[in-house]
Amino acid sequence: MTDTVERKALTREQLLGAYRAMRTIREFEERVHAEFATGEIPGFVHLYAGEEASAAGVCGNLDDRDTIASTHRGHGHCIARGVDVAEMMAEIYGRRTGSCHGKGGSMHIADLSRGMLGANGIVGGGPPLICGTALAAKLKGTGGVSVAFFGDGGSNQGTTLESMNLASVWNLPAIFVAENNGYAETTSSTWSVASDNIADRAAGFGMPGVIVDGFDFFAVHEAASEAIARARSGGGPTLIEMKFTRYFGHFEGDQQTYRSDEVARARAELDCLLRFADRVVATGELGRSDLDAVDAEVALTIDQAVESAKAAPLPTEADLLTDVYVRY
Amino acid sequence: MARNITYREALNEALTQEMERDPSVIVMGEDNAGGEGAPGEQDAWGGVLGVTKGLYHRFPGRVLDTPISESAFIGAAIGAATAGMRPVAELMFVDFMGVCFDQIYNQAAKFRYMFGGKAVTPVVIRTMYGAGLRAAAQHSQCLYPLFTHIPGLKVVLPATPYDAKGLLIQAIRDNDPVMFFEHKALYDLAGPVPEESYALPFGEANVVREGSDVTVVTLGRMVHVSLSAASSLAAEGVECEVIDLRTTSPLDEDTVLESVEGTGRLVVVDEAHPRCSIATDISALVAQKAFGALRAPIEMVTAPHTPVPFSNALEDLYIPDAQRVANAVKTVTGWTR
Repeated sequence: MTDTVERKALTREQLLGAYRAMRTIREFEERVHAEFATGEIPGFVHLYAGEEASAAGVCGNLDDRDTIASTHRGHGHCIARGVDVAEMMAEIYGRRTGSCHGKGGSMHIADLSRGMLGANGIVGGGPPLICGTALAAKLKGTGGVSVAFFGDGGSNQGTTLESMNLASVWNLPAIFVAENNGYAETTSSTWSVASDNIADRAAGFGMPGVIVDGFDFFAVHEAASEAIARARSGGGPTLIEMKFTRYFGHFEGDQQTYRSDEVARARAELDCLLRFADRVVATGELGRSDLDAVDAEVALTIDQAVESAKAAPLPTEADLLTDVYVRY
Repeated sequence: MARNITYREALNEALTQEMERDPSVIVMGEDNAGGEGAPGEQDAWGGVLGVTKGLYHRFPGRVLDTPISESAFIGAAIGAATAGMRPVAELMFVDFMGVCFDQIYNQAAKFRYMFGGKAVTPVVIRTMYGAGLRAAAQHSQCLYPLFTHIPGLKVVLPATPYDAKGLLIQAIRDNDPVMFFEHKALYDLAGPVPEESYALPFGEANVVREGSDVTVVTLGRMVHVSLSAASSLAAEGVECEVIDLRTTSPLDEDTVLESVEGTGRLVVVDEAHPRCSIATDISALVAQKAFGALRAPIEMVTAPHTPVPFSNALEDLYIPDAQRVANAVKTVTGWTR
């Protein structure tokens, strides 16, 4: 697939940042996939590989004023918001040094200091919350925007639909990003989503709805840039639907008997990293050596993250009862 | 200086004083303004409870009307709390928690723990509870035991105008999520309330009547029912010590245990259903920690294990009354091995 649409040029720093974010997510998820298979990682993990362009393309438009809420498939959003990958890996291993001191795990990684209001174990849990962070930004006049990521499964939750209505009623600086990877757990979105597209629902809530090729970083970045600029200037919310495929199962251990060879095809023909690299090298915006250098740097970062996570201490009994309340 | 105002007015005064003191305090709920911007409709109700009356015009932009979308706006209050605001959201009837409970118990209550102590969520959710208005099964429940069960939430139930003001001010200043329960039969109750601002600490029960024969532990509207029973029992020579818990989370265990150590007898009066309730919780507490002091089995006076009925005839039977409390007290004072 080639990109034919003329788009705004990004700076070299922006391009390198975007590539680094996507490569870090990919490397992180491929590594968690491999490490999970050894049995050392407890609980459930849901991997974001394949969807990197969405997190990087949207979050590449955000700054310190902004907040996102994520999903149970949240590692990519965390990384794109700059959450420390070593702390994330330690959290996934349940270590005391993790982002949440081992009390949250993969499904609850958060870093409010980086505008990351948490991965969320509840499908559709995030959209109401970002109405609140968007309201706070609006009342304080910070110019900040808030983004709710949710999946095709989350698009069918009442919370999401209520929140889109509320965001329009209150004219909030909110962006709703539906990451339609084709399956809610094992159930196809062609069955569970009654409209042709999730984005079609935007009309019912008085906001623009945009469909984007979620494998195309540049298309995502462009659509998000437009929606975010509109929100920042008081123009209200937008619904953006990413269409793509996740490369791994719903959770690690999912046998994926519900789908066939689409992942192999996506990896070979649609992959966001391959397309990004081909494009920037073809245009001369970046060289292969630039990308290779990022790849090497990221591989080292992830190696170190895994190594330090495995060596990190577990929480102790003293940690069990703390942080329930600020004061009780 | 104290003067007599109603429970409703005390709540309104608490909101007004806190909104004047702290610009991060905002209010949201259904029918707060009767449709912001709709001519002739603004401030129609001040919420269906009338508690926020007058605030919309007094604090421009800080009193938000909402669609009937409890998940969205209760969640928005919670999200705004994580972003530096102190929202007070009105969940009209606590019975409506069913459509937004996830935002309260899976999101607000858990952020601090799940995120390793890095989140602060100073949200207050005001809600109306209780039977007595012939409002039937979906507009009359208590449900505070459900919230008391959840770590991370604080649960407050003022019984008087004085407590309503002081506890709401504390709730707004508190840095944890607070469920604030207002009994619908108490809104017109008048009592002395100081004009100046004051906060009552959570986790401090109030001994509303001293007595040496029986400890009566109660909360919310049942405080008044219990006091009525205690008054008639005193005429018969039985002295009840009546304890208003004021908050069920945190719970003031010490005041309850010290009282039972003195009286040796316990009656718990709770308007909620009998199972997994405040009544069973207090009974278990005393059985575990003051067993040696007990001179009689514990008695519980609660609503029955049924939905709240509609008909006057049935609802009057459903709600615990002073006669039932008095009977329970006589059971424990008359008990012999």
